Amino acid sequence: MANVLANIFGASPVRPLEKHIEIAHRCAKKLRPFFSAAISGDWEAATAVRSDIEALEHEADNLKKEIRLNLPKSLFMPVPREDLLELLLVQDKIANRTKDVSGIVMGRRMRIPEAISERFIDFVDRNIDATKQARKSVRELDELFTAGFRGAEVSLVEGLIEELDRIETDTDAKQAELRAALYEIEDTLKPVDAVFMYKVIELTGEIADMAERVGRRLELLLSH
Amino acid sequence: MEAATIYIVLAALFGIFMAWGIGANDVANAMATSVGSKALTIKQAILVAAVFEFLGAVLAGGAVTSTIRKGIVDAELLSGTPELLIYGMLAALLAAGTWLLIASHKGWPVSTTHSIVGAIVGFAAVGIGVDAVHWEKVGTIVMSWVISPLTAGFIAYLIYMSVQWLILRREDPLARAKRFVPVYIFFAGFTITLVTIMKGLKHVGLEISIGDAYLLAVVIAIVIAVIGAFMINRIKPDPKVEKKDHFYTVERVFGVLMVVTACSMAFAHGSNDVANAIGPLAAVISVASTGAVAAKASLPLWVLMLGGGGIVIGLATFGIRVISTVGKKITQLTPSRGFAAELAAATTIVIASGTGMPISTTHTLVGAVLGVGVARGIEAIDLRVVARIFVSWVVTIPAGAFLAIVFFYIFKAVLP
Repeated sequence: MANVLANIFGASPVRPLEKHIEIAHRCAKKLRPFFSAAISGDWEAATAVRSDIEALEHEADNLKKEIRLNLPKSLFMPVPREDLLELLLVQDKIANRTKDVSGIVMGRRMRIPEAISERFIDFVDRNIDATKQARKSVRELDELFTAGFRGAEVSLVEGLIEELDRIETDTDAKQAELRAALYEIEDTLKPVDAVFMYKVIELTGEIADMAERVGRRLELLLSH
Repeated sequence: MEAATIYIVLAALFGIFMAWGIGANDVANAMATSVGSKALTIKQAILVAAVFEFLGAVLAGGAVTSTIRKGIVDAELLSGTPELLIYGMLAALLAAGTWLLIASHKGWPVSTTHSIVGAIVGFAAVGIGVDAVHWEKVGTIVMSWVISPLTAGFIAYLIYMSVQWLILRREDPLARAKRFVPVYIFFAGFTITLVTIMKGLKHVGLEISIGDAYLLAVVIAIVIAVIGAFMINRIKPDPKVEKKDHFYTVERVFGVLMVVTACSMAFAHGSNDVANAIGPLAAVISVASTGAVAAKASLPLWVLMLGGGGIVIGLATFGIRVISTVGKKITQLTPSRGFAAELAAATTIVIASGTGMPISTTHTLVGAVLGVGVARGIEAIDLRVVARIFVSWVVTIPAGAFLAIVFFYIFKAVLP
């Protein structure tokens, strides 16, 4: 027995999107224990964290597919479907980058040079701050839908996105400093290791970039 | 005499069966919104539905019943052969009931009202003659099927916009909700009471002057609003849940309002849909007991009560399950959105009931939900389902008519 009233509602993407950013953030947060283990050379612990990261990335990926499947073109929504799909895509990239960067470090058993390790952990933490702030912003999505993307709730989210931007700018500064510090000591490293170290810094920095792009996508929703 | 008793018993059985079906299926649409938004528990919803469906049927169901009973078929033509009207009305009840069974089995979103009107028009036009149908009346009814969802949608849009404007978009939504929700409660109580008093009660033999009607409606509405305000003041914010969902307490305030609109919706539903079951029954009774087609015969109150009772039985036996299933699927309708849809639909339906228009309560509610959606209130509406409603709309009328014609000729051949 199908009921008209029950079927008229499509699957709302709002809570699933909030859940997705939660998973992506939890995935990114794993980088902290991962790098701590890598710096101290505890590859057993690193392997364990790395498999957590893979599992979370996989979970985020599955949820992404599920949300996409539940968003057919016949849905009538207060905001364009495409914008929500774009938001989902950048959220997912947070988890993807996390997996990429941990994969490189794991595969090459990379030791972060001691001279920059403290700075490096600080940089990772700031990137995780960015994903945390992105999660905080996306969590307002259901409230935004309730308020029809107008009024006090919009100002609140704008404030959250501004803070997200500040954090991202901060990670850029830290990234520049980190590269400078690495440049100072790069002659002491094997050339290939040095090249990969730059690569790891770059990929880690992209996590905050993706978090910032989550903010940009949310902002687009606000302007509707 | 013997024949007359058979007719009345048959019509009563078919009528109760229709009422049972309405209670089992359609009431869910009226109540599931409140259950889905957790404004009411299932038990409370059943209680509210039983009381207000019955009240709506008895107090305000007279006008639509009268339309179904004698507004569609021109009884004058049948003064020589009153039994034809009996066969026809029996056939119409059976046809609509059969069609609804087929449709719900197949999962088609068909309307009880469309089925019964299609069936009556069918037997009258083919069984008696094209002239036997009051086509201008049928035209008005069909127009009302288009207008009622649109009206409900428009009202729902305005209500939800006002909610966003006055409450949801402000810095202090909770304080504002506590201030404005009693006002909405007042309007809900006022509209439903006023229309009922002015349009419905004369069918139960009560005559109240316009001035008194307004006064009574205001008094009743104030009483309900004060009770509502008292309930609202007892709601205390929960900072823990608030942190995750800023509108949590605000929605609980709207939950109080939703109890009122749920009552209105059940009342409205009873007032309009009871006619689908007992309109034909009433026609059969008046012809069979007098032996003539008397257009002036008044509607016995026990018939309305029979219809209301049938709905309540359907609700209690089968409706409970439907309500909880549907309720689980419509969680998108939070109290702030659900109340807007329900109030708009209930108002539209009660006005239709007052003017004797048999409309589809489900379609009206769907129109109201779409109205909230246009006001950017619903996260996702599946337009394919809306399209399917239009298709079943078009199919139901000829299907009901065809079945009624078949049953009409069978009854004509078999019954005394």
